Amino acid sequence: MSAIVEKKQAEGLASPGWAARLPLAGKVGLGLVIFWIATAIAGPWLAPYDPGAFAHQDVFAGFGAAHWLGSDYLGRDVLSRVLSGARYSVGLAAAAAIAASCTGTGLALIAALAPRWLDELLSRFIDTLISIPSKIFALVLVAAVGSSLLLLFLIAAFIYIPGAYRIARSQAVNLAQMDYVQVARTRGEKAAYIAIREILPNMLHPMLADFGLRFVFIVLLLSGLSFLGLGVQPPDADLGSLVRENISGLGEGAPAILVPALAIATLTVGVNLLIDALPRRRGSKEG
Amino acid sequence: MAAPPTSRESGNAFLLILLAKRVASGLLTLFLVSLVVFIISGLLPGDAAQEMLGQSATPEAVAALRQQMGLDQPAAVRFLRWLAGLLGGDPGFSLVANMPVADIIASRLPNSLILAALSTLVAVPLALTIGITSAMRQGGRLDRALNTTTLAMVALPEFLIATIAVLIFAVELRWLPSIALVPAQGGFLDLLRALAMPILSLSIIVVAQMARMTRAAIIAQLGLPYVEMARLKGVSPARLVLVHVLPNAIAPIVNAMALSLSYLLGGAVIVETIFNYPGLASLMVNAVTSRDMPLLQACAMIFCCAYLSLVLIADTVAILANPRLRNR
Repeated sequence: MSAIVEKKQAEGLASPGWAARLPLAGKVGLGLVIFWIATAIAGPWLAPYDPGAFAHQDVFAGFGAAHWLGSDYLGRDVLSRVLSGARYSVGLAAAAAIAASCTGTGLALIAALAPRWLDELLSRFIDTLISIPSKIFALVLVAAVGSSLLLLFLIAAFIYIPGAYRIARSQAVNLAQMDYVQVARTRGEKAAYIAIREILPNMLHPMLADFGLRFVFIVLLLSGLSFLGLGVQPPDADLGSLVRENISGLGEGAPAILVPALAIATLTVGVNLLIDALPRRRGSKEG
Repeated sequence: MAAPPTSRESGNAFLLILLAKRVASGLLTLFLVSLVVFIISGLLPGDAAQEMLGQSATPEAVAALRQQMGLDQPAAVRFLRWLAGLLGGDPGFSLVANMPVADIIASRLPNSLILAALSTLVAVPLALTIGITSAMRQGGRLDRALNTTTLAMVALPEFLIATIAVLIFAVELRWLPSIALVPAQGGFLDLLRALAMPILSLSIIVVAQMARMTRAAIIAQLGLPYVEMARLKGVSPARLVLVHVLPNAIAPIVNAMALSLSYLLGGAVIVETIFNYPGLASLMVNAVTSRDMPLLQACAMIFCCAYLSLVLIADTVAILANPRLRNR
């Protein structure tokens, strides 16, 4: 029954007209998401100046014809730096969100099919990790291991595995009780087959929505860390680092500080609007 | 389970047992959290004795200091000693600041508590108003506008909110100072003026989440038969929500408040830093930069403790507000 509902929904999402049927807020969200993915991929080639070059004789210049978004605290071109920085913010967060969602889903499938004691042990461990507020956890991890790009990816993924696991486990445990899973069991299928062919396809849709939320959390976490000077380290710079390095321009209201902050906001708000507008599972209450 | 208790006393006893279980489970989690924090902060090799004496110290001197500091003990012993210290109010000695961690924290904790308390005072009534108004006009233009606004605000980075607040109130209007120094003397009004912007930023960060969850909690009630009954009876919409629905939605609402307030902890990290506010969160950020592990561990445990207390409060209210549990 629920498999049929899910299937219909999957078709709904795969058919070409789904984007056109989104409410206005969802369309805006979709547009922002596409824009930022394109920027993350093509940004460095679109940048009019070398992001490290001192292209402007003034610091904290305002909007202008030669430098659309002005210059930063060293006279570098803000547009070029935002275009190059988006790659770190979007790429790192997407990679970490994929890692967190996949690991969480994998652990949840194991928990749903494994013996009771393993499920309880795993869930207790996850409950512990989830009780550490994410920013606090990130600060402890950064202090302990440092903050290279690889470590930031691992830290962000690790912090958001518990959340993904919780959502995935509640789905997987319910699905494991379904008749068709019982049938597969009676048929003598192996646990791996049941997990991947019977359960996983039916939890894909909620996990995709959860992936989007996790991506937003990770973008905010990583840019927050960079803003504190604990994230992406110079000479690399993500959007959070750009806000930090230009904080002295706040008094002048320089575009150099506002633009990267607004860039992060349009990215995260866009994803949120899109997820909220996606057709959701019937019977879901959260508005 | 034992025979079903019928009298009111046994119902209360049942409640107490239920609450005691929650408290015990919370304490167990807190213990496990402290274990995780301890293990993680010991991940990298190198220890405090070596760092204190520098690279040029003789191995004998380092070994002597290690013994004096108890670093030569096995990890389990050090963990238990640290935990006992935390419980006894002595979370160790900060080598960076060269003073006991307890003293450093004692000078910062009240500032953070004031900020959190004032932000809560602003955020909770605001969120309740938005959530209830939105739920009463469910599907209407106002509801949809509020819904999209709060949805967007949930995803805003904290530093954008703080930055915009500074631009508007400190740079353009020049109403408020852009740095929040707690005035040494002066009345409550001076304090409010100094803290206005951090409070504003923190409140905006938590209000959106809180309002959304309040709205969801009330809307979940609005679909129930007793609401329809009251409506058919001719109860006015305001009375319906305030007198009939609100008491029933109190548990999910308090839950929403507690969970959203835990966002204050994360938000405070950014907001205290941006406004140079001498609170616990900015202290923790400094501890990360100076790799002051004892201080960092203590701060992390305070934040985790605060989070778990909020969750426990939410659970307790949910249990107390459920008459089915009370009169079992």
